[in-house]
Amino acid sequence: MALTALALYPLIGDIFYLQLFAKIMIFAVFAMSLDLLVGFTGLVSLGHAAFFGLGAYTLMLLSPQYEAASLWLSLPIALAVAAIGALIIGALVLRTSGVYFIMVTLAFAQMLYYFAIQSKALGGSDGAYIYVKPDAAILGWRPFDLGNRVHFYYVALAVMVGTYALLRTVLRSLFGHVILGIRANEQRMRALGYPVFRYKLAAFVLAGALAGLAGYLEAAQYGYVNPAFFGWQESGSLLMMVILGGIGTLFGPSLGAFALTLLQDFLSDEAIFHGFHKHWLLSMGLFIVMAVLLLPRGIGGLVLGRRAPEIADD
Amino acid sequence: MADGYIVLIQILNGVQYGLLLFLVASGLTLIFGIMGIINLAHGSFYMMGAYLAFSLTELVGNFWLAIVLGIPLSVAIGLALELLLFRRLYRRDHLYQVLLTYGLILIMEEVRSLLVGDDVHGIAVPALFEFSIRLTDTLSYPAYRLVMSAICLVMAGLMALVIQRTRLGMTIRAGANNREMVELLGIDVGLVYRIVFAAGVALAAFAGMIAAPVASVYPGMGNQILIVSFVVVVIGGIGSIKGAFLGSLLIGLADTFGQVLAPQISGMTVYMLMAAVLLWRPAGLFGRV
Repeated sequence: MALTALALYPLIGDIFYLQLFAKIMIFAVFAMSLDLLVGFTGLVSLGHAAFFGLGAYTLMLLSPQYEAASLWLSLPIALAVAAIGALIIGALVLRTSGVYFIMVTLAFAQMLYYFAIQSKALGGSDGAYIYVKPDAAILGWRPFDLGNRVHFYYVALAVMVGTYALLRTVLRSLFGHVILGIRANEQRMRALGYPVFRYKLAAFVLAGALAGLAGYLEAAQYGYVNPAFFGWQESGSLLMMVILGGIGTLFGPSLGAFALTLLQDFLSDEAIFHGFHKHWLLSMGLFIVMAVLLLPRGIGGLVLGRRAPEIADD
Repeated sequence: MADGYIVLIQILNGVQYGLLLFLVASGLTLIFGIMGIINLAHGSFYMMGAYLAFSLTELVGNFWLAIVLGIPLSVAIGLALELLLFRRLYRRDHLYQVLLTYGLILIMEEVRSLLVGDDVHGIAVPALFEFSIRLTDTLSYPAYRLVMSAICLVMAGLMALVIQRTRLGMTIRAGANNREMVELLGIDVGLVYRIVFAAGVALAAFAGMIAAPVASVYPGMGNQILIVSFVVVVIGGIGSIKGAFLGSLLIGLADTFGQVLAPQISGMTVYMLMAAVLLWRPAGLFGRV
């Protein structure tokens, strides 16, 4: 039902909200990719923005100054770059676990952040513009135009639904059962003879590639990249979306992306908060703290009640 | 000969940065090792210290007096936060600790913005140490930086003394080793938690205070030091004070020499060092697997 509403929205909605919703759906993809790690594999990553940034910066590098990059060329390359980045970083960070994993993933994302700041080719701390959106033409036929806001909206919607379907399929496959087993009891899975490290790495790479997809779309939507794409604020607020939405579910993170982005939009609204809107992060911080103290199962937990999975306390 | 002095200056800078990092990282590693809490807001305590030093110096007109007033204030804030928030996190998953302390960063950053504003401030180096030590005709080294290193070393020594030689230190070491066992022995773990947390907050704030005259005081200053402190803790091994000390010096020197030898990638040096250590010893230099 929510999906139908989203599909019909462009018929009535105004341009501002069309853009906002497209952005939210991109973040829903990003949040689902993180939930694959946090909720389903039991790996709490605080550096997921690394792959978001890789996808975004790849598009920037592949876009000629005043021409469009081909969507069908640049998107697979962006996904590949994010996946390879995830493979390299994953091979290192997966040697650690628990709280080390949290710190190390954060540190690697921060490393890319500083690289982006210091590299002139990447635009330094100011970032860089992508003047023309990627072109979707194949052999002269153009199925849709990313420059058109309504088209972009539907592309984002399709990508979100596609990601949901993909992850649903993956989680129902043997692979999905193995990573759920790893979350529940890694020792047992190892004892059963599963190459646990390889499964975790595969999940990490898949999540990284999907985050790259989200980053690519975000860069394409606003035609702009900057080092904050790699930043830990990005990773932090993403983790918030996943947890508040309801961890270990597929629709939870999307719900979290909607709730949190709309909340942010509301809290930073000048007309409502008269001057205090500049300090919207204060209200956001208070909201997060209260949510952690009062809602152990996220917003999804409110909807699902006791059926929502709870993270086991250690 | 001048080259030798340039290297000496870099070593002094690296050691000074490393010792400062140690004050922040030791609290972080203790709070994790003993209380099992990953505290993202630890860098915000560093920022809080720097802003306390700035505001109190403006108020009372003396930097040292500001520090004397700032420390009990930091301890009080630490105790209040433990009572209100952190106490509720001991039994929760790391995920929620990350989230709550992330929220706390946002709150502290905005409270800072509301109270003091978003400008960059400087604090004058205390008059007593406002001179430089001449090394050659062209090179000299500011005395205050040496004083900073000395203060940090004294703090590290005091910490080692408390941890190695006192009953409280014994409990802390035991707690870092095996929390449940300490509880079972009937020791008031809650009290130990409060002391460790308040001490960690005070150490980070103190680091921010003494760094204020050389590093200036600016929004977001806590995040940078937090992430580098994470790297220190990962390199040294979680819960290990010795590891935090060695890790801090290593990172301090690597960062300082990275800026001189490879300025293009200087921001990345410490992370590459971390990657190398992880390949070699995934649990850090002094960590237990």
